[in-house]
Amino acid sequence: MKTDLFAAAGFAALPFMAFADEFAVGDLVISDPISYETPVTAQTGVGYLSITNTGDVDETLIDVRADFPRVMLHETITDGDITRMQHVMGGLVIPAGATVSLEPGSFHIMFMGLGGDPFEVNEDIPATLVFETAGELDIVFKVEARVPATTGQTGTDMSDIDHDDMHEEDGE
Amino acid sequence: MIRLGLAMAGALAAVSAPALAQDQFAECRASTVGEAAIGGPFELIDETGNTVTDADMITRPTLVYFGYTFCPDACPLDSARNALAMDFLEEDHGHEIDALFITIDPARDTVDVVRDYADVFHPRMIGLTGSEEQIAAAAQQYRVFYRAQRGGDEFYLVDHTTFTYLMLPGIGFAEFFRTSATPDEVAELTACYVDNL
Ligand SMILES: [Cu+2]
Repeated sequence: MKTDLFAAAGFAALPFMAFADEFAVGDLVISDPISYETPVTAQTGVGYLSITNTGDVDETLIDVRADFPRVMLHETITDGDITRMQHVMGGLVIPAGATVSLEPGSFHIMFMGLGGDPFEVNEDIPATLVFETAGELDIVFKVEARVPATTGQTGTDMSDIDHDDMHEEDGE
Repeated sequence: MIRLGLAMAGALAAVSAPALAQDQFAECRASTVGEAAIGGPFELIDETGNTVTDADMITRPTLVYFGYTFCPDACPLDSARNALAMDFLEEDHGHEIDALFITIDPARDTVDVVRDYADVFHPRMIGLTGSEEQIAAAAQQYRVFYRAQRGGDEFYLVDHTTFTYLMLPGIGFAEFFRTSATPDEVAELTACYVDNL
């Protein structure tokens, strides 16, 4: 249902939507906001993207808003053998001229309290990034499949993940 | 076999094990943790709500992982990696193996929740839950550490170890994999063990 709502809202901004995987405000370019499908009973979803600061002044991502009971910027940290997630306090600094990536196993946006409305493949998850200087930017996370669609089937095109190339010698 | 804590085993994982006399898996060993150190009997609840044991669930080579479904970042990475490794094993080596996702957050991860979660990753990945006591006992057998972060509301997080264990029926622990292991690495090493069964 989120998809429909957003499609309606996005129609007005059609020229911009043609580049839905890139968003910009001020000196910042946000690329490839993606999320992953969730189980039907999931309570959390995740958001990844990268932020490039083309300016000469550091910028800080201070908040992320979306239509869920709780949305937080998290970092996954591994200390020795223990993995934990923690809230990124004070925001995420995007140094001048640098790109900071939110990616699996590191920084991520965590959407909590899905409450029976799972993320489905190709669904759009609208959110707002709030930057200290550049202000607010509406973006859209595109939901992708968690594992390539071929999982669980054999003899299909898992080679997409440059796998077969590595194992020609195994042809048994 | 020497009993090693996981932290210590981790430090040794990169060192190849001395070949043990009559170790049928000597050529496969990537870690030096003895099979006595990890894994053992458990009693948990399966996807239909029935009580099951390790003997019921580990009837073929099986990747065993402990995590929680509320975690959207680290645990799905490991589960997706394990699912891909299962597919690679089947395609490249013709070995069908199974996988278990055992929750360390039974308060939120009910039978339905762990089943739905495991189904996203692979049709042969089974989600198991249990009472707090059953989960604690299973985690202890596998030397899994977990601790819920204090916070009080329903959005709490859980710190935990994120190893995947390769278990062999009738033999027990064979190998463990860190998050950094790729699907290929898991598949290749697992194939070595299965080939030597
Ligand atoms: Cu998180």
